[in-house]
Amino acid sequence: MTALANTTLASPTPEQDISALRADFPTLAQQVNGHTLSYLDSAASSQRAQPVIDAMLHYETHDHANVHRGVHTLSHRATSAYEGARETVRGFIGAASINEIIFTRGTTEGINLVAQSFVEPKLKAGDEIVVTHLEHHANIVPWQMLAAKHDVTLRVAPVNDDGSVDAQAVTDLLNERTVILAISSVSNALGTILPLETIIAHARTLDIPVLVDGAQAVPHTPVDVRKLDADFFVFSAHKMVGPTGIGVLYGREVLLDAMPPWQGGGDMIREVSFDGTTYNELPYKFEAGTPNIVGAIGLGAACDYLLGIGMQRIADYEHALLNYLTQQLSDCDDIRLIGTAPHKASVVSFLMDDVHPHDLGTIVDQKGVAIRTGHHCAMPIMQYFDVPGTARASLAFYNNTDDIDALIEALEDVRRMFR
Amino acid sequence: MSQDDLQNLYREQVLHHSRNPVHRRVVDDATCVCEGNNPLCGDKLTVYLTLNDTTVSDVSFEGSGCAISVASASMMSDMLSGVSRDEATSLLDDVLSLFAIPAEQPAMLASQPDAPVTALGAVRRYPSRIKCATLAWHAAASVIAGNNNTTTVSTE
Repeated sequence: MTALANTTLASPTPEQDISALRADFPTLAQQVNGHTLSYLDSAASSQRAQPVIDAMLHYETHDHANVHRGVHTLSHRATSAYEGARETVRGFIGAASINEIIFTRGTTEGINLVAQSFVEPKLKAGDEIVVTHLEHHANIVPWQMLAAKHDVTLRVAPVNDDGSVDAQAVTDLLNERTVILAISSVSNALGTILPLETIIAHARTLDIPVLVDGAQAVPHTPVDVRKLDADFFVFSAHKMVGPTGIGVLYGREVLLDAMPPWQGGGDMIREVSFDGTTYNELPYKFEAGTPNIVGAIGLGAACDYLLGIGMQRIADYEHALLNYLTQQLSDCDDIRLIGTAPHKASVVSFLMDDVHPHDLGTIVDQKGVAIRTGHHCAMPIMQYFDVPGTARASLAFYNNTDDIDALIEALEDVRRMFR
Repeated sequence: MSQDDLQNLYREQVLHHSRNPVHRRVVDDATCVCEGNNPLCGDKLTVYLTLNDTTVSDVSFEGSGCAISVASASMMSDMLSGVSRDEATSLLDDVLSLFAIPAEQPAMLASQPDAPVTALGAVRRYPSRIKCATLAWHAAASVIAGNNNTTTVSTE
């Protein structure tokens, strides 16, 4: 507890502090196990902002009908809200056209779509797919499935002992056999920010397509897909104060246009007959069936809400909060941080002496502190650090230093229990 | 849930078993080996049983897991070593039922009211942790009931 007495802590300045916005998050205004909830699990799923809930409720209460089909008023309203959300998302990530914004179930579905519709049709024996060691299972397994089905190799760029990834470690693996580089922007397990600018610039010189898993980047930092120069960029709404079950695949229009449809059904067709079927144009070609209309509306409201605050302002405050959390934990002799890359976002993974993360997680929960424990759907990086899992505290702009102090205090209970 | 519930779960008996597990060893010539996985948590225990026609002569385990899963595996190894196969089957049933009854009811084993494993009954107040407590027991049950020599069980 010496950390709390230290007055030189790098805590956010009052100008940076935007945690008053937590009042917009009804879930956070509750007691859990008799204590104020300190929600430090936003990397798993963020809480929902009231304007998001309101937008979804308004749609469900007043405007619901199927989209792109009816001539009646509600169908018009539903279509315009759904397509309005697409335009909002386009602006949020800086895409050139709404044709490049495909609504999916989430990041995982976006990656599977690209794996099966963009990569698989052009695979030939000897091809290589490149990922890094710190990917989420969602950016490993779809590629392993392709590798198992075709005679291709999955190549894995190594991480450093501090959890950072050198651009060269990735670019060294790129060659004329590489069919795609699939890489995270931010590691969900460690918080490492990857040097995508250098990596993508190099891939571009070799004409290698790049898919960026942006699930952990979008909630924490401004994203401009054109500046990033990614071919595909995928993310989920529920990590960015929006609902579950909806996400986005951004793809460069020229690539999406050349890809075959992924799933067949209604909405993705132009004309169907038993002699043959023609497909709809982008983005509808990739949205078979009635979509998650209310989810898209919630996602659009989430983008508006975050843009209203300003992504750079969010990034700056979270960075200050991350420094505070990192310093607090570093001051404890019995805490080992897993992942101490120089460039990190919003996530701290740690272990306490020989206490198993699950015991730790159960004990701090008694003080209303919600953290994630386990392998964080990134088992290979846990294997790299030779740990079965970690405790992970992840931050959002609605967190404040009180939440972090609550965690540090609850860790005292863990020590008492296991002493 | 309160701090008292927590003290009740991580009570001395449980912590003692997790810190100083009995029968924690690999047995190369065990007749049955079962790997128990709790993928969500990362608990991974291997249970070794040496069986003959009528008796469970030795039970041990190795692996990594949280305090609850290790304590439970330790208690299980202690309870099952040296009992008859019939007794083992009925003990496994009793213990797995103990974790399945509502938390409000006392955690008791009809045959052994004071068995250390009853101390783990408090885990029933933590639904996400019940599988930690049952992991080793499911592993042993899968070999004893199924007469398989090598099995893998998962609590997910």
